[in-house]
Amino acid sequence: MAETHLTPRHIPDRLEGRGARLLKSWESLLLVVACLIFLGNSLASPYFLDPWNLSDATFNFTEKAIIAFAMALVIISGEIDLSVASIIALASTAMGYAVQLGFDTPVLVAIGLAVGLVCGAINGLLITGLGLPSIVVTIGTMSLFRGLSFIILGDQAFTGYPDSFSWFGQGYVWWVFSFEFTLFVILAVVYAIVLHKTNFGRAVYAIGNNQTAALFSGIRVARIKFILFLLTGLMAGLASICLTSRLGSTRPSIALGWELEVVTMVVLGGVNILGGSGTIPGVVLAALIMGMVTFGFGLLNVPGIVMSIFIGLLLISVIALPILWRRARRRLQH
Amino acid sequence: MVDCLLLQDKLTSRMKPAITLEGISKSFPGVKALSDVSLSLYPGSVTALVGENGAGKSTLVKILTGIYQPDGGTIHVADQEVRFPTALAAARAGVTAIHQETVLFDDLSVAENIFLGHTPRNRFGFIDWKRLNADARALLSRAGADFDPTIRLRDLGIAKKHLVAIARALSIDAQVVIMDEPTAALSHKEIHELYALVERLKAEGKAILFISHKFDEIFRIADRYTVFRDGTMVGEGLIADVSQDALVRLMVGRAVGSVYPKKEVAIGAPVLTVSGYRHPTEFEDVNFELRRGEILGFYGLVGAGRSEFMQSLIGVTRPSAGAVRLDGQVLVIRSPAEAIRSGIVYVPEERGRQGAIIGLPIFQNVTLPSLSRTSRSGFLQLANEFALAREYTSRLDLRAASLDQDVGTLSGGNQQKVVIAKWLATKPKVIILDEPTKGIDIGSKAAVHAFMSELAAQGLSVIMVSSEIPEIMGMSDRVIVMREGRIAGRFDRAELTAEKLVRAAAGIQEAA
Repeated sequence: MAETHLTPRHIPDRLEGRGARLLKSWESLLLVVACLIFLGNSLASPYFLDPWNLSDATFNFTEKAIIAFAMALVIISGEIDLSVASIIALASTAMGYAVQLGFDTPVLVAIGLAVGLVCGAINGLLITGLGLPSIVVTIGTMSLFRGLSFIILGDQAFTGYPDSFSWFGQGYVWWVFSFEFTLFVILAVVYAIVLHKTNFGRAVYAIGNNQTAALFSGIRVARIKFILFLLTGLMAGLASICLTSRLGSTRPSIALGWELEVVTMVVLGGVNILGGSGTIPGVVLAALIMGMVTFGFGLLNVPGIVMSIFIGLLLISVIALPILWRRARRRLQH
Repeated sequence: MVDCLLLQDKLTSRMKPAITLEGISKSFPGVKALSDVSLSLYPGSVTALVGENGAGKSTLVKILTGIYQPDGGTIHVADQEVRFPTALAAARAGVTAIHQETVLFDDLSVAENIFLGHTPRNRFGFIDWKRLNADARALLSRAGADFDPTIRLRDLGIAKKHLVAIARALSIDAQVVIMDEPTAALSHKEIHELYALVERLKAEGKAILFISHKFDEIFRIADRYTVFRDGTMVGEGLIADVSQDALVRLMVGRAVGSVYPKKEVAIGAPVLTVSGYRHPTEFEDVNFELRRGEILGFYGLVGAGRSEFMQSLIGVTRPSAGAVRLDGQVLVIRSPAEAIRSGIVYVPEERGRQGAIIGLPIFQNVTLPSLSRTSRSGFLQLANEFALAREYTSRLDLRAASLDQDVGTLSGGNQQKVVIAKWLATKPKVIILDEPTKGIDIGSKAAVHAFMSELAAQGLSVIMVSSEIPEIMGMSDRVIVMREGRIAGRFDRAELTAEKLVRAAAGIQEAA
């Protein structure tokens, strides 16, 4: 090195421009994959490009994606919430019970959201208050919440939801844009802003990379984690309203196994399962990819068992691919 | 330089090196860590590797132990060219390293740690515990240790863990032993035990590379020296032929001024008053006053409760009783966030665990506690963040490729600069520095000391926790000595002697 350290050094803000960083990102790879699947689907089936078919396709992922946004924040902070599908079940059961008591749509919506918040608060208190590992706590509450809805419902189903309630899962805001898809777009923007443009989002990344140093730096670690679990609970409640409205009934097996699909979506979106990194645009693209694959298979009449094999393969490759990608990037940099 | 080369000729003709590196280069994005470095290590000889933080010492160790691959250059072991694609390959070639924090397994027994990877088996293929423990005992005694090989590693102190690491090195018949700041975490007595061990290894004909920032120990145990600066080798030779001053000049490329740049500052009114602070297990009855512009040293042995007290002062843990006043106002601090808001900040001792957030870029590390100031109603303002990060990192002469670089890619000394910049950027009234120069080189040390003096002169009140007597005596206006969680002595700068400090810290009564 020619310069000596006696001369003050100028350190540039960044070495690469926005374009170069974008090009090397996991998200741009996802975008390419999404385009390929879109192309493949439109070649494979002449019905795929129909606007109404496309609109129908969105119902495959919107409810899960709504939860995936909040889950992304939880996983980036180094935690996980496996109880979300059970929260959907419990919230749906509570709404169904309220229907039997004769309550109307506004009350049902309030109940759905409130059950989500309460469940999230229980998770949050156990994790931040008692300092228990989130994976253990939420596996526990996963059984607990699902078990409660089984006790209330037995092998029954709640039906008879009011007509106005069906709008959340079946209604359209404008032309082919359903309420669910509109909600997905709005929440994507909100979560992207919260995670990438606010102090709160920065704190989430700091916690995920080094919780102790974040605490020493004045980040209120416990409070932020509690809020994150409240959010996943609330989003699960919201998803429960949409799903229950779309199905028009509540069974105790509602949304069974969704927690893994939500986690798959988040990890496919490039969120590090160990915490510390990931973006909302990545999760959005992952949601689109998973939705289009499912819908494409449906159009092609691929049997359900092949679909579950595909999801299984996707899960494994989703864990492996980002690791290989990061390794390849590191090699490119060196 | 010519002298060095002649010396080199004289030495190489006398004995064959155990390992030779030639023309080794290694680059990272934006930084050339090593360029065209050559180094030979000789059997039965201790070579001290000295250089400032970021000079390339750690990179060289990682290349020698197979963790990094060099971009260019060759390594020869016993006249044969070798490559170390993995850590295992380096170990097989007889190169082993003992790190600052030893890389061993806390929950395994001492014997298991020594033989991990080459455990003796019985004829059924199971672990032969009898032989394992007997062999381990033999190796430990060769390393000069006499403790039971069946106890768990967790129950040993750092010095004894070093002995286990050395026994492990002996077990794989290592010919080249790299010691990377082995004394950084050791007590006075343990350091002397380590010196004895180095002598034994020398006698066994091992080639030893000894990395240290402490000149007294280099001149005590090393036979040869190699100096790195900015990724290049700038000098080497025999310790007997060099003076401390010459070595320092080689390291920093300039003469280091007065070692402790303590400024005379007019001490002002009391800023921080702590009374009756106690904790059920860590400390008891801590009372003191800190004045404006003052540097208050906290001296004591490791485990005297100094860090524990400081951490409870900033709300990481709760004291069971006690009161704090800042500028006369009673403060209740329940979290580091509240401490920062009231103007008390703590630069922690454990840089990697409590200080730096590895994975986040430099600028985000610096601005994390100051986000409320750089942001606008909760929304990030990147331009403000870069400006703040630039202001404080340049004051500490940070060396980095860009402010967007992951802090984990910096050398230890530069990480420490980022961490100090982070706390200063909050514009505190009181700054607590816990072992601020631990494990950093002489140049960075002088920079931190000068900066500390500067801060005090500007009216900041500084608490400096340190276990280094010269640092405590050189920098403090007043010193408080803690022993077993209690204040064991208070001294003004004028009456300070090393002997008084040591007596108070060790609990030795003064002769009447």
